[in-house]
This record gives sequence, structure tokens and C-alpha cells, in this order.
Amino acid sequence: MSGARIVTILVKELRQVSRDRATLVMLLILPLFLLLMFGYAISLDVRHIPLAVLNRDRTEASRIFVQAFLHSEYFDLRLVVENESDIDPILDEGKALIVLVVPVGFGRDGAAGRKVEVQAIVDGSNGTTAATAIGYVQAVSADYSQRTLVHALKRAGAGGTAGGASGARATIDFRPRVLFNPELRSANFLVPGLIVLILIMSAVMSTALSIVREKERGTMEQLLVSPVRPLELIVGKTVPYLVIGLLSAATILAASRLLFGVTVKGSWLDLAAVTFVFLLGCLGFGVLLSTLSDSQQVAFLLSVLLTLLPVFILSGFVFPFRNMPPIIQGVSYLLPGRYYLSALRAIMVKGVGFGSFGSQVLALAAFAVVTSGLSVIRLRRQGG
Amino acid sequence: MRTIGFIIRKEFQQLFRDKRLLPLIFVSPVLQIVLLGYAANMDVKDIPLAVCDQDRTVQSRALVASFLHSGSYSASAILADAAAAEQAIERGTASLALVIPPGFGTARAAGRQSVVQLLADGSDSQSAAIGLTYATLIVSRTVLTPPSVSQSVRIRAARVQPMVRVLYNPTLASRNFMVPGVLALVLMIITTVLTSLSIVKEKEKGTLEQLIVTPITPGQLIVGKLAPFIIISLAIITLVLAASLLLFGLSVRGSLLVLYALSLLFMLTTLGLGLFISTISQTQQQAMMIAVFFFVMPMVILSGFVFPIESMPGVIQAITYVFPLRWYFVIIRGLFLKGVGLEQLWKESAALAGIGLVVIAGSVLRFRKRLE
Repeated sequence: MSGARIVTILVKELRQVSRDRATLVMLLILPLFLLLMFGYAISLDVRHIPLAVLNRDRTEASRIFVQAFLHSEYFDLRLVVENESDIDPILDEGKALIVLVVPVGFGRDGAAGRKVEVQAIVDGSNGTTAATAIGYVQAVSADYSQRTLVHALKRAGAGGTAGGASGARATIDFRPRVLFNPELRSANFLVPGLIVLILIMSAVMSTALSIVREKERGTMEQLLVSPVRPLELIVGKTVPYLVIGLLSAATILAASRLLFGVTVKGSWLDLAAVTFVFLLGCLGFGVLLSTLSDSQQVAFLLSVLLTLLPVFILSGFVFPFRNMPPIIQGVSYLLPGRYYLSALRAIMVKGVGFGSFGSQVLALAAFAVVTSGLSVIRLRRQGG
Repeated sequence: MRTIGFIIRKEFQQLFRDKRLLPLIFVSPVLQIVLLGYAANMDVKDIPLAVCDQDRTVQSRALVASFLHSGSYSASAILADAAAAEQAIERGTASLALVIPPGFGTARAAGRQSVVQLLADGSDSQSAAIGLTYATLIVSRTVLTPPSVSQSVRIRAARVQPMVRVLYNPTLASRNFMVPGVLALVLMIITTVLTSLSIVKEKEKGTLEQLIVTPITPGQLIVGKLAPFIIISLAIITLVLAASLLLFGLSVRGSLLVLYALSLLFMLTTLGLGLFISTISQTQQQAMMIAVFFFVMPMVILSGFVFPIESMPGVIQAITYVFPLRWYFVIIRGLFLKGVGLEQLWKESAALAGIGLVVIAGSVLRFRKRLE
């Protein structure tokens, strides 16, 4: 290892990066763009579910029942249906997700204290949304029943026939308390995942592409026949991207604090240290990918396939691990994104200390050692 | 016509020469279907629940049982005191903790107000929110069951019971929703990114100029460059249809002919985009970044692949109307799951055709200008 040779490569790489202004600007602006999109545009909350109502009862009680749906922010009334035969076309064309049918006799049976069955016909194509929507239908109905019960008990109490048990007393005082993210904002949940996504993309993809570009242009051979050693080459080529990666991480953190008030509850030092170890692994992986591909198209497809998708799907970013079959859960243990994300969430949202994510850091370090080791071996073989 | 044939042949020769590219193009859709089909599941079930029952009466046990039998929760720990519940959430061994303080059972039996506590880990906001909805539901059902309604007194109160009927996807499996989405995603990536890369590659190598000085007209060049990707995409559609049938038993309920036809319409828009990106980028790296970050990712995120469009702010919802992917998602899911036909999908098809015309015309004009 010679410091001078590493610096030479480093300077050359920095020059190339800075000459390609468009790419550089993109690497720095992109995080902000993605953050805005994730922070403002999307949320996993299921709200404003398009609802169609067929009310065949038309009594005071049934109107109050339907109003209970519209007063919750979960449902938006899109259509008032008149005929049973209109229901299927409405769902076929996607005009509503749920059609609520209130049967004749809703008011009469309810007043008599009998059980009333309302019908909810649900478009199940999106299983997740549909399941949540069904939960809301049940919740609104149960809430309505509870309120009429309390009302009835109160009246009975006032009449002196309920043995003194007044309505409010028969209920359960339910006290949910949310730790760490009391307003349940999805930004707090998504921003750490976004950092992982952006870092892995900029680090792995840029490194792999920058090396494959030299291969495509034939300048890689010139580098390999020069006195530069493979390890020196790797260090020199990856340091600029390490710096860019750390810069984007800092940009995202600053912007998410300004725009969404997402703060880091734990220690900044821990955060920087974990990010550094993770980036080392990503850069090593980028070099490894570059040794596997001869064209930028292949390098691109490989990095999308092996980094972007797995991070999006298998690291706990959006989809919870507990739903995955055991084999896929096993695969997810091989992904550095998984460890980095859980360490990030522990530091940023929970604010816990090193003890709670020490094992994650170890896994990340192991990943960094393995990828850099493998890529040095492969580069040597190609060079020799 | 013969000239176009020559260009197509040249493109295919180049594609086949890269020994790794073609397998990747065909392996990636299948891999994505497997990953998304098995793993991309946002169902809230088996949320790890720590139970701390300090009451230990018939009533408290019944409440715990109704939590565990609901299917949404699974007991991850049985705890003795409430402090341990908080610790379980901090360490991440439980997402929710149910604490029933002493006196719950006696209060319920006497018809007095009783107290139940629930702790939730908000760092996973999604599971926490849904976990809380279900918990509230279970608690209100407990209120509605005896002994809160004193048996001796006849209380007349409505008990509303929703009967749910699910159409199209009765098991509510996320997979049935994801797999058609993957097809749209793969088509979009292949046609937009790879097309722009293949054109920019010729730019980088300087071979585009050689093509320009030949008698080939810009129109022939465009058709010749794009046609191979249309052929590959049609092969991918067939592959994905076969894979989803074999792996998940998921078949298209609507007409296959309509599926292929509308997919072609969708590809017109994405190929046009690829062409457009190639005119604004100098290097493959640039083309890739512009394509992935400014076109593919925003469209994937904002078109309803995972995140519901209804939950987005109004301005963003308005923007999504110009995304071809938004319309194609409705089409492909309608064909796969609902089995609808052109009469239900005409609006989406018209939108695709409109967007396609604008994009294609714009990028062809720009591409021609660049060449001259």
C-alpha cells in the first residue's frame, strides 16, 4: 500500500466526478427530491376510502349510522346507490372500494334491540387496503352500537330501572399510549428507510458504474498494468463516493429536520459511525459488482436487482418481516440494508444506546470485510 | 422497410453478444415476482403482543383471549408488571403491550367503569396505527357483550353487525395485487431505461454519428432501435403470465388479447420516454440516473403500486394523472383480478393513448432535431 499512489487515483477520480457536473448535481439534489416525495406525497395510512351507500331503510337511525361513516376521516362518500344491480358495475369500474348496504328494517330492529346485519361489499384487489377498510367498517359499526347502548343504558338509568348502573360506567376506559412516535407519523418511520435506499443506490451504483465505464473505454487495462495495486485502486476509486454518500446522508438529515421535524433522538456520533461502516460495505459491493459486469447496462441491472429491490422489499422498509415466509426471512439476514435500517431506527426514533444495536454494527462490519476481500481477489485475478 | 429490418438485426446481434445482459433481462422479472409475491405483504397479522394481566379474573382472561384469537396479534411475552411491558417495547420484542390493571374483573362484574392500558411502539407507525384500530374494536366489542348489559334489565339498543363480502380477491392476499403490478414495473424499467441506455451508448461510442451519415432516415432509425425492445417486452409479458400461473396459480380473468393490446399502448409511452431521456443525456450514467430517479421511481411510488393514491395530497393526486403507469396499473389489475373488459377500461386506455401520442411526438421531434 502506498499513500502517494492512492492519492493519485483519488485525485483523478475526483477530477472525473467533478467534470461530470450533471451527475454530481444529481447525486446531491436527488436525496432532496426523494425526501420531498416520500415526506409529502405518500403515507401508508388508509384514509378517504371511496364509499358508496345503498340505504334501503331511510329511517332516522339508518341516516345516523351512515353519517357515522362519513364523520370518520376514513371514508369519503362517492355515490348514493339506488338499486342492488348497480353495485357490481360500481366496483368493476373502481368508482368505490366499498358499497355499504343498509337493509330494510335497520331502524325498527335496532330500536327493538335485535341484531341488525348491514352488508359491506368490498373490492378486495388490494388486499392490504381492503383488510384495513374492513377493519374500519367493523370499528365504526362497533362504535355506533356502543354509543346506542350507552344511550339506552342512560335512559334506563334515568327511568330508575337499571339498578343504578348508568351508561358511562359500564364502559371500559381504554387508554392507548404510543411510545417513541406518539403522533404515529409515517415520516418518522419512512425517513430512516429512505436514507438506506439513497445511500445504497448512490454508493453501490455509482461505484460499479464508474469502474465499468473505465472497462468499457479500455482505460481499466491501463490502470491495471500501471504499478497501482488492486487494493490501492479500490481505495482511490471509492473514497470520492464515500464522501458523496456521507454528504447525501447529512443533506437528508438536515432537510428532514427542517421540513418534517424528524429529529435524531440518539447520539450523532453513533449515527455517523454506523453510516460509515455501512458505506464501506456498499462500496465494496459496488466494486464486486463491477468485476461481474462488462457493460454499464449489465452493471445497472445487477445493482437494481441486488440492491434497490431487496432494500425496498426485504429490509423492513415498508413490508414487515413477520409476514415473510421463513426462507425469505433467512435471505433478508444476508442483506446489509436490514441491519443498517434497524440500527438507524434505533438511533433516530428510539434514541437508544450502542448496546441495543451492537450486533447490527458487527454484521455490517463483517459484510464490509467480505465484500472488499472478494473484490480485491477478483480484481487481482482479472489483473493477473 | 428493409433498412428497418437491418437495424433490428444489428440491435439483436448487439444484445446477444453481451452474454450477461439478455439472461438478466429475463431473470429479473421472475425474481421480482417471487420476491414481491412472497415477501411484499403488508397484512397486519401476528403483531407481537406482550400481555401483562395483573387482574387474573375470568373477565381479564376473556379480554386477553379475544386479542389473541383475533388473528391480528400473537403473544410474544407474558409479563408480571407494567414496567416490563415498556421495556419489551424498547427492546423491540413486542410492538404492542396490553396491560390489564387489578380490579378490572370486579369493576366489569359490578357494571362500573374499568380500565385497560395499551402501549404501542410508534417507530413502526403503520403496524401501530392498525394495531390500535383493531385493539379499539376488540375493546368496544367487549363493552357490548354481557355482563355490561345487565341481564335482568331489558335494554333496547341496536347491535350492528357488518357482514362483509369480498369480491375479486376473497382471501385478500397481497400477492394477487402485487404480481400484476410487478409486470407493469418490469415493462416500465426495460422499455424506459434500457432503450435510453442503448441509444446513449451509441452516442458515447460515436457510432450514432456513423448511423446518421448513412442513408437511414431518423424515422427508420427510431423504429429500428425501439422495435427490439417491444419484441423483448412481449416475450417478458408472456414469461410473467406463465410464471404467475405456475408459481401462484394466478391467471388473467379478462381477455389476453386486450392485455397484450393495452400493454403495447403502454409501451408506446414508456419507449417514448426512453427516447426523450436519450436526447437529454450525454453519458449512460446520466441517462440511467435521470431515467431511474426522475422518471421510474416517482412514477412507481406515486402511481399506486404500494402507496394508495387516495391518501396523497390533492396536488400530487393531480400530478399522477399524467403518469402512464397509473392508468396501466388500473388496466392490468382490472384484467388480472376483476376480469373486466374494454367497456370498463376505455377511460384508462384513452388516457394512455393520449399521453402516448404527446410523448412519442415530442421525443421524436427532439430526436430528429438532434440528428440534423
